[in-house]
Amino acid sequence: MSEDVLFQLTNVRKSFVKGKEKIPIFDNLDMGIAQGDFVAIMGPSGSGKTTLLNMLGGVDQPSGGEIWFDGARIDALSESALTRWRAENIGFIFQFYNLMPMLNAQRNVELPLLLTKLSKIRRRKNVETALALVGLSDRAKHMPGEMSGGQQQRVAIARAIVSDPKLILCDEPTGDLDRGTADEILEMLQLLNRDHGKTIVMVTHDPAAAKYAKRTLHLDKGQFVQREVVA
Amino acid sequence: MGSLIAQIVSVTLMNLGSLRRRLWMSLAMVLASAVVVAILLAFLAMAKGFEETMRGAGSSQIAILMREGSSTELNSVVLQDQVNLIGASAGVAQDSSGPMISPELYVIVDGIKKSSGTEANIPLRGLNKAGMDMRTNMRLVEGRLFTPGTNEMVVGEGVLREFDGFEIGRTVRFGKNLWTVVGVFATGGNIFESELWADINIIQSHYNRGNSYQSIRVKLDNDGDLGPLQKTIEREPRLNLEVQTERGYFASQGKQLQYIAVFGWIISAIMALGALAGALNTMYTSVADRAREIATLRALGFSSVSAFCGTIAEALVLAVAGGLLGSFAAFGFFDGLNTSTLGGSFTQVVFSFEMSPELFLQGAILALVIGFVSGFFPAWRAARMPVIVAFRHGT
Ligand SMILES: Nc1ncnc2c1ncn2[C@@H]1O[C@H](COP(=O)(O)OP(=O)(O)OP(=O)(O)O)[C@@H](O)[C@H]1O
Ligand SMILES: [Mg+2]
Repeated sequence: MSEDVLFQLTNVRKSFVKGKEKIPIFDNLDMGIAQGDFVAIMGPSGSGKTTLLNMLGGVDQPSGGEIWFDGARIDALSESALTRWRAENIGFIFQFYNLMPMLNAQRNVELPLLLTKLSKIRRRKNVETALALVGLSDRAKHMPGEMSGGQQQRVAIARAIVSDPKLILCDEPTGDLDRGTADEILEMLQLLNRDHGKTIVMVTHDPAAAKYAKRTLHLDKGQFVQREVVA
Repeated sequence: MGSLIAQIVSVTLMNLGSLRRRLWMSLAMVLASAVVVAILLAFLAMAKGFEETMRGAGSSQIAILMREGSSTELNSVVLQDQVNLIGASAGVAQDSSGPMISPELYVIVDGIKKSSGTEANIPLRGLNKAGMDMRTNMRLVEGRLFTPGTNEMVVGEGVLREFDGFEIGRTVRFGKNLWTVVGVFATGGNIFESELWADINIIQSHYNRGNSYQSIRVKLDNDGDLGPLQKTIEREPRLNLEVQTERGYFASQGKQLQYIAVFGWIISAIMALGALAGALNTMYTSVADRAREIATLRALGFSSVSAFCGTIAEALVLAVAGGLLGSFAAFGFFDGLNTSTLGGSFTQVVFSFEMSPELFLQGAILALVIGFVSGFFPAWRAARMPVIVAFRHGT
């Protein structure tokens, strides 16, 4: 692990309260992610992969412990501060792409830029660059409904990188795609990590997908188990 | 950070872009709001039209005198010697044939309404030549005036329009008397058009009124100046009369139908509650339908305020679209529509619905209230939507 730490989790606890019952997910979880890393998180269903990713992305908050990002604590931020933090630092890639069905590819990719002060011309340029990077320049005007799953996920990747965030979080980004298309997407993520220096954390069920990462963490019953493989 | 306005605008546009998915529900909300607004406007236009009709009837150059304490002509009695005293008073205009004074009688007769086929009251007014001359906007549309001393009458245009059997040349029976229609008159759309006019002396004798009348109209020397007449009344104990300008008299009568406007607001408020229930359901469905989109935008960094405002904006757009639709429908159906209602003296007053910008404003306010209230709670839910919804499985 590099000395240049982007994420540091110490003693993170997380439990959900369902009715009267308290469901513990994590108890004293420690973890560090270096700048430029590409981490795959694997583990059985219900082991807390998505919950962990949500806490990293600031869409869910831990019940205890600390989460540091780039030298600042994020677990204690207010809802609105966390929202701004997400806009500045995180790119999300979802299993089901989560594109806005009423917007074409270009407009979907533009969304994160609406939260910046960039001019319209500047935004258009950045959108073009992002779409070119995922090889979809010719689909800029297409609606999500007119594109294949793989194409939609590439639009989603363009959306995740368009505002140049430090960290990209993916939850089963290839879970809905066939092998060939999945490999294309994973190669794209690898390229973003290798050539563009993006730090990536990816949750996956698929060992073949995990092979694209630099290392894999195995979660089981709320703990990392020692099966770490360094690529 | 980009401006919050830009976020709200883009979220609103996306919401509107997704309306097609909820087409029928959204249309139902538009329609419900349209109906409520149309009904409100119908009532308001009715009240407004009635008020205009009454106001238009009054002239400030004419004084009307009735027995003290009588609010309408129907329950007033005026005697011949009182008429003579008023005729001799200062402040009354003169023409070649003497003081311009018209003692009048006002009786109620029955007619059959064209619209419903039912009986309704029509006022039959007895007056003299001076009385007709005093109504300066009166003009003969067809035929001729009645000949004094005969059973002839002229009918107001409103009566002709709303009631059966008053065409020129027709013979009409009221009680045991037969009358002949010899002319049709107009008075510029005001309340007199809802009346039948005949010779005052004939009406006195047919209705056994002896030498009594119900009201006196006089033309004033000076516009609006009741002073000299009031002095005469104070000085002379036999004159237990009240004097007011005709304009003042009708304006106060017109106000009586303001309860229609109040009634309209009450009915619309009740219906608005029903529309609100539907609209709330539509908006909650909208939020549920957009849950993944809302959560995704929140994950990307869109604020909860934008989720809130976008939802409110959607509700406002739907309700106001309905309001506009309702306004145009009300305008199309009701503006200028003639109707009649029980006037101040239990007689039919024929009047037109009247739309005006200020009525539209009231309709718009109602639509905005429906939109805002139906949008508020769903918008609150949208704003508090957990972002992790974006990561949930299932489409
Ligand atoms: N909002 C919630 N309320 C209550 N329990 C929850 C909530 N979210 C997750 N859980 C529970 O926490 C545990 C971990 O869930 P999580 O979604 O993180 O698992 P996962 O590893 O991503 O599983 P999968 O591979 O099926 O996606 C599960 O038992 C789940 O039921
Ligand atoms: Mg999961």
